[in-house]
Amino acid sequence: MNNMNKVGIIAYGITPFTKEDKKIESVLLKSTKNLFENNPNIDRNDIDAVLVSTNNNSKYLSPILSEMAGIQPKIAHSIESLCNSGTNSIVSAYSYIASGLADMVLVAGAERYDSPGQILEWDNSRGEFKHPIFWASIFAKSYKREYSISDEQLALVSVKNHKQAKENPNAISDKTYTIQDVMNSKKLTEDLRLLDCSRPCTGSASIILVSEEKVKKITDTSVWITGIGQKTTSAGFTKNTSLSSMESTKAAGQSALKMSNKDITNIDVAEIHDAFSVCEPIALESLGFSKLGKGTDMIKELYDTNNFKINPRGGLIGSGHPLGATGIAQTIEITQQLQSNADKRQVDDAKVGLVHNMSAAATSSTVLVLEK
Amino acid sequence: MSFESYLSRGDFCIPECISCKRIVWPPSEFCNHCFGIVSLRKGDFEGKIVEFSKQNDEYFCLVEFENTIRIIAKISMIPEIGQKVKISKCGISNGNYLFYVN
Repeated sequence: MNNMNKVGIIAYGITPFTKEDKKIESVLLKSTKNLFENNPNIDRNDIDAVLVSTNNNSKYLSPILSEMAGIQPKIAHSIESLCNSGTNSIVSAYSYIASGLADMVLVAGAERYDSPGQILEWDNSRGEFKHPIFWASIFAKSYKREYSISDEQLALVSVKNHKQAKENPNAISDKTYTIQDVMNSKKLTEDLRLLDCSRPCTGSASIILVSEEKVKKITDTSVWITGIGQKTTSAGFTKNTSLSSMESTKAAGQSALKMSNKDITNIDVAEIHDAFSVCEPIALESLGFSKLGKGTDMIKELYDTNNFKINPRGGLIGSGHPLGATGIAQTIEITQQLQSNADKRQVDDAKVGLVHNMSAAATSSTVLVLEK
Repeated sequence: MSFESYLSRGDFCIPECISCKRIVWPPSEFCNHCFGIVSLRKGDFEGKIVEFSKQNDEYFCLVEFENTIRIIAKISMIPEIGQKVKISKCGISNGNYLFYVN
C-alpha cells in the first residue's frame, strides 16, 4: 500500500437533476462538457482512462463519451453496481492511478429517470416484492421496533434533507416540508410515505482524478482520496443478517477510516446514502457517527442547529437519485466542502469528509474518506 | 426437475447440497460452499415470521425456514414476529416467484 501513488480530485462537472426525457449519451456528455468548460487548463490529451458509471442498458458508453468529448483514452469501459456504481467507478479510477496504469482518469456517471437499475430482477427471494420500497419498509419496521423510533422521527430526515437541498441549485427538489407534510404524503406502505423516498431522476456528474505528480502541474486546490473501504455481503436482500443496521457499511467504513488513519470523530462533513429516510440514521449508526438507536437524535440536533454536516447537498431524498451519478455527485459535494466552495451549504472549517454510497438494501457499500 | 419447475407447479422445495448437506439459498445448480451438486428436498416446511409490513390492506412478511432460507411472502392474517407459518401457495408469475403463507 505504501508504494501506491497518491490520488487527488482536480475537477468536476454536474448537471441539474430533473425528470427530463433525454438520451443517456446526451445526459452523460452534459456534465463532462460542464467539467471541461469550467477547467480549460485541463488538456484532454492527458486523459488516460474514461470510466462510465451507469445502469443504463445502452452499450459502449465509455468509447461513445470519449468520442463525443474528443478524448482518445488508453482505457475505456463502463462500471455497473446498481446504486453505488458511482463510487465503484471512483475506486476503479483510483486503482488505475495508484497502480501506475494511468495518471489522469475521467469518471462520468449518468442515469435516466426510468433506470433499469431500480429493480434487481435476480433477487427472487423477495417474491413479488422486488421494488426497493419493500426492503425499505421492512428495514423501517425493524428499526422502529428495535429502538422505539416513531414515524415522525424518521420523517425529520426528509424534512432536514429537503431543507438542505433548497441550497443546492442542482437538486430536483426546491421545496421545504414539515414533519406533518411528510406524514400526510401518500402512504406507500404501512412504514413508508412518498416523502420518505428518494426519487429516480435524470442527471449526470463527472470528476477527474489524477496522480500526485500530475496534480502539482495543474492545481493547488486538489482534494485527496485518503481512505477507501468496500464490502459486499450478498446480492439478495433476504441474506441481510440484520434489518436494523448495515453490515456492509460497518465493514466499509472501518476499512476506509483505517486506511486514512482517521477516526469517525475526525469527519467534519459527510454524504450519506439516504435512499429512504430510515437509511440515514441506520447508516450514521453503522458508520459510528452515533450510538445504536440514537441516529435520529443526531439528525434532530443537526436540524435544530441548522448544521449541514450530514448530507449538505440534500442527500438522495432532496437532490434526487440518478443511480449512476449519485456516488459521483456525493464526492463532488465533499470536494466542494473541503475546498470551501459550497456556498450556502458550506460546513465551517471542513478538512476531512466522508462519502457513503450503497446498493440493493445495503448488501454492498463503498465509503471514501477525502481530505484537503 | 429444477427448483423453478417445482415452484411453478406449486411445490416449494429446499435446495440442499448432496456433498456438504448445506442448504443452498437462493436456489442454484451448485452449492455456494463446496460447488457440489444441489438436490431438492420436498416437504411441508414450517417457517417463522422475522419481520412484516403492509401495503394497502395486504400484509407481506419476511419468513425464515430452517434458520437459512428467507423469503418475502403474502399473509392473509395479521402477522406477529416469531409466528410459525407454512407455505399455503407458491408459484411463478411474470417471472416473479410468489409465496403465500398462513
